Amino acid sequence: MHSAEELADTLSEPDLEQFDLEDAVDEPDRIVPAIEFRDVYLAFDDKTILDGISFTVRRGETKVILGPSGGGKSTIIRLILGLLKPDAGEILIDGENITDHDEHAMMPVRQKIGMVFQEGALFDSLSVYENVAYRLREQRVDEEEIEREVRRMLQFVALEDAIEKMPIELSGGMRRRVGIARALIGDPQIVLFDEPTAGLDPPTARTICELAIKLRDLQDVSSIFVTHEMNNVEYLSSEYAVVDEEGRVGFEKEGETLCLINTEVIMLREGKITYSGSDEQLRSNPDPYIQRFIHGK
Amino acid sequence: MNPLTKFLLELQAVSLLLWSVLTSIFRPPRYAAEMVRQMDLIGVGSLPIVLLTGFFTGGVLVLQTFPTLQYYGIHTETGRSVAVSLIRELGPVLTALMVSGRIGSAISAELGAMVVSQQIDAMRALGTDPVRKLVAPRVIALIVMLPLLTVAADIFGIIGGGAVASYIFDQDQNVFITSVRNGITSNDLIGGIIKPFFFGMVIGGISCHKGLSTTGGTVGVGLSTINAVVLSSIWVIIFDFFLAKAIQSILGVGII
Repeated sequence: MHSAEELADTLSEPDLEQFDLEDAVDEPDRIVPAIEFRDVYLAFDDKTILDGISFTVRRGETKVILGPSGGGKSTIIRLILGLLKPDAGEILIDGENITDHDEHAMMPVRQKIGMVFQEGALFDSLSVYENVAYRLREQRVDEEEIEREVRRMLQFVALEDAIEKMPIELSGGMRRRVGIARALIGDPQIVLFDEPTAGLDPPTARTICELAIKLRDLQDVSSIFVTHEMNNVEYLSSEYAVVDEEGRVGFEKEGETLCLINTEVIMLREGKITYSGSDEQLRSNPDPYIQRFIHGK
Repeated sequence: MNPLTKFLLELQAVSLLLWSVLTSIFRPPRYAAEMVRQMDLIGVGSLPIVLLTGFFTGGVLVLQTFPTLQYYGIHTETGRSVAVSLIRELGPVLTALMVSGRIGSAISAELGAMVVSQQIDAMRALGTDPVRKLVAPRVIALIVMLPLLTVAADIFGIIGGGAVASYIFDQDQNVFITSVRNGITSNDLIGGIIKPFFFGMVIGGISCHKGLSTTGGTVGVGLSTINAVVLSSIWVIIFDFFLAKAIQSILGVGII
């Protein structure tokens, strides 16, 4: 937060606003990565799932994790949440080493993270309202505020009409969107998407990507987006959200002069990271496995 | 993995789960509303089958033992023999077996279904401890309700026995009731409450553990349920023997 004097100083020297370095100096915690994996190993029985994985997700960055089914992508997400522990290596969230944290120590860390599960994973004995309100109820927040927040979240995912329905009455796409609303309550700064568009029709999948883009560009959320659909990579890597004068959100494609730098792609294969970089470099990478993955043949 | 190792690991897992339940009572968050709801489902919900079981068990006991007692000329002691058998053994064990089938299966199926649909992971990700929210209310409800259900079964068992003695064997009801009163000691009653307390822990611990450790989709849920009911039932019977022996030694019960 800036004091009035600092704001006045900045305004009188407009050229300083161009430099990101100034922001970095004012907010030194932006330098600390949101998520960091250092040489993480994990094996189940005799099968190695992750074989020395290292990567970083910076503040405000979206990391797209690509890879074949069963390749360890969901495992990475479960490790971040502390639902699994690695056999070796370290995991840091906001600079805090969570590798050896027990359930009790993980609770405050999980408050900072929102998780969107593959099938939504809604609590089927609770209504949409109760599902989205879940985290706030557990924190004993008062009822009026809960209702306000739940409505705000359901508006964000365009599902306010479904507020009293039960999960069983919703379509797959709607369940997924309620799962997103539930994950975003409490405004977590880190959001994990585990194949959020699997099994959805293209327009609904696009809607979910737009939500992820809005979070990245309008709310400075750091996120991991696990997927194996190249359409999602296309949307996330080449479009950004803009807000017009009336407060409506639109999506524009990066063009000749503007290139998105806050979205990177990692490809996992047989437990190792075989590629890390921008989506343009991914498409032009000569590795035959990567080409087959992108084009399907 | 050899069977002994597997058994020891399972025993460790259930013990740790029950220990977590015990320690969860002493620190918030506690889910008292959920506990009460489970007590209603487990206690009030199981009452009809438990009362039926008790009634017909008492009835069949008299049906079988009256002729033999009559042969030895001690049929006036029918009330005592029925009451003692019910209160010490049949009430606790049969009630526990009924509840193991009804509630043990429900718990392991419900928790297992939540595991395979990632609802347990979602719960942990949202900052709630599934042991506090799901397991503790169920285990505590079982520990509280099973003794109460057992007492209800015992009462209806004595009534059933009395009905058979009175309407089938034409025994004077006062004779039956006096014999019942003379036969029961307070140690019998204490022993009859201690057993259900342990049975509640066994059923709750095993069913919750099996539910939470479900793997393999819907087939896995079915398997967990089978295992939960079978293991709970067997361990109730095994515990019954050792508890009976312990109660005999400590309370001096059963040595006439």
